Amino acid sequence: MNGRRNWVLSIVAIVVSAVVFLVPFAFIVLMAGKDRAQASLLDFSWPHQLQFVRNFIDVVEARDYMLIIAYINSTVLTVASVAGMVVLAAMVAFVLQRRPGRWGGFINFLVLAGLIVPPAVVPTIWVLKGTGTFGTMPGLILVEIAFGLSFCVLLFRAFIATIPRELDEAAVIDGAGPLRLFFRVIFPLLRSVIITAVVVQSVTVFNDFVNPLYFLPGDPTVQLTLYNFAGQYTSEYNLLFMNILLITVPPLVMFLFFNRRIVAGMTAGAIKG
Amino acid sequence: MKSPYPRWFYLPAALVYAVLFVVPTFASFYFSLTRWTIFESHFIGLDNFVTFFQEPALVKGFVNTLIYGIVTSGLKVVLGLGLAVLLTGRIAARGYLRSVVFFPVLVSTIGVGLTFTVLMNPERGLINQALGTVGVDGPGWLTDPAYALLSVALVDVWKGVGLATLIFIAGIVSIPQEYFEAARTDGASAWDMFRNITLPLARPATVTVVILSLIGGLRSFDLIWAMTRGGPGFTSDVVASVIYKQYQAGFAGLSTAGNVVLFVIVTAIVLPLSRFLNRKEVEL
Repeated sequence: MNGRRNWVLSIVAIVVSAVVFLVPFAFIVLMAGKDRAQASLLDFSWPHQLQFVRNFIDVVEARDYMLIIAYINSTVLTVASVAGMVVLAAMVAFVLQRRPGRWGGFINFLVLAGLIVPPAVVPTIWVLKGTGTFGTMPGLILVEIAFGLSFCVLLFRAFIATIPRELDEAAVIDGAGPLRLFFRVIFPLLRSVIITAVVVQSVTVFNDFVNPLYFLPGDPTVQLTLYNFAGQYTSEYNLLFMNILLITVPPLVMFLFFNRRIVAGMTAGAIKG
Repeated sequence: MKSPYPRWFYLPAALVYAVLFVVPTFASFYFSLTRWTIFESHFIGLDNFVTFFQEPALVKGFVNTLIYGIVTSGLKVVLGLGLAVLLTGRIAARGYLRSVVFFPVLVSTIGVGLTFTVLMNPERGLINQALGTVGVDGPGWLTDPAYALLSVALVDVWKGVGLATLIFIAGIVSIPQEYFEAARTDGASAWDMFRNITLPLARPATVTVVILSLIGGLRSFDLIWAMTRGGPGFTSDVVASVIYKQYQAGFAGLSTAGNVVLFVIVTAIVLPLSRFLNRKEVEL
């Protein structure tokens, strides 16, 4: 029945989608390649002289290579916090699914609360100051882990439910302790769902603006360079858009390689509310 | 014999979560009742909340939060469902369309915000230039107090509708084809099928989209901050941007009171709504 395609509708959809969704990205690319004078016109036009390389160098060199430092910071933040939340959440999800017991209901409540409750910003700063981790990378990493746990636990718990318990029993009979059972048997089986969680959370943490803004003042991450440049570059839109282009690349790469994983992760739970 | 599922597996996650999420949440209830500089606090009762609901700028933030949450979530449901029906129907280039609609979800919110700030420039921006060629005098999207908040909300929808669409697609695809075939045999029109099959059976997806986009919309901060910083004046402030502004101004107690207000808004809307929506599950 789906064989006959509605060509008129298809063409309308393609044209509209191109105007609405592709033009803004084309605009970013065009602006990033313009010289300063033309960029300040803010119009949608082909650059008189393409200077992607020069703009790239200018943006990288701006403010003593701030963008490079920011990229390093963002990479450290993303890798460490995503690794942390995946391992910790998998441990929780494993025990929570296999042995709900008395604590199960309470822990489920905490997991849902983590998705709904808006984090209390200033009290978090107060806690970080109290533990001497305010304004430090480890502090921010732990904050990101705390905020990302809920999503990962939900994703993993649903997947662990599909792993037969017989596997656990076999491992236990063979003499595996809990740590061995988890890290050598269960964790490797989670591979596909872990990739999903890693991809989705990497994009989230990499794009995060609010938490670095509050909890890591002074030390830039890539989203904050953009924000800082926006103030500084009111007359240099070509560099601002080169910066936007540069921080759009990592999510684009993720999207090209892991499209299906991302979709699977983000739509998990759509079918059964 | 010891269980192979030891409870201490909870411990590392519980520690991080308790210290950086649960403790600050409970602490916020206390500190919202104080005049606070992070180092010192004086208990002042409900004064912060009184200020919050008397100061016009702060009340505006409260009202705007509700408008923003409802507008973004409503538009995401309607447009997301429409796009999902379109993309599961008889149409060419589905893969391209899905990708192009979804990609903005993954792009930096700040980058999107700054890009649209330029596109929405009242004189030179592409949007008003384009409107000008067809003879429409475009408004000052972000400079006119009447439009600023709604303009930001529209950009939020532009960025987030892809996720809503994907969730609806997953919901629609899970509906057994037999229902549509049976309806078609009985001579049902496309609208009948949408109204009586797709809509009720995609209900879990609708609930997910409503709840997710409400939670996101009510808490939204970065897009508004990137585009208007709450301006012009404070006309597009939301509670989340008030929290930041008060924190920067050194009023930690008032800022935390804003957090508590946001907490109450989100839970008071999301919890009853999700209970209500989940209860009215259709009978098959």
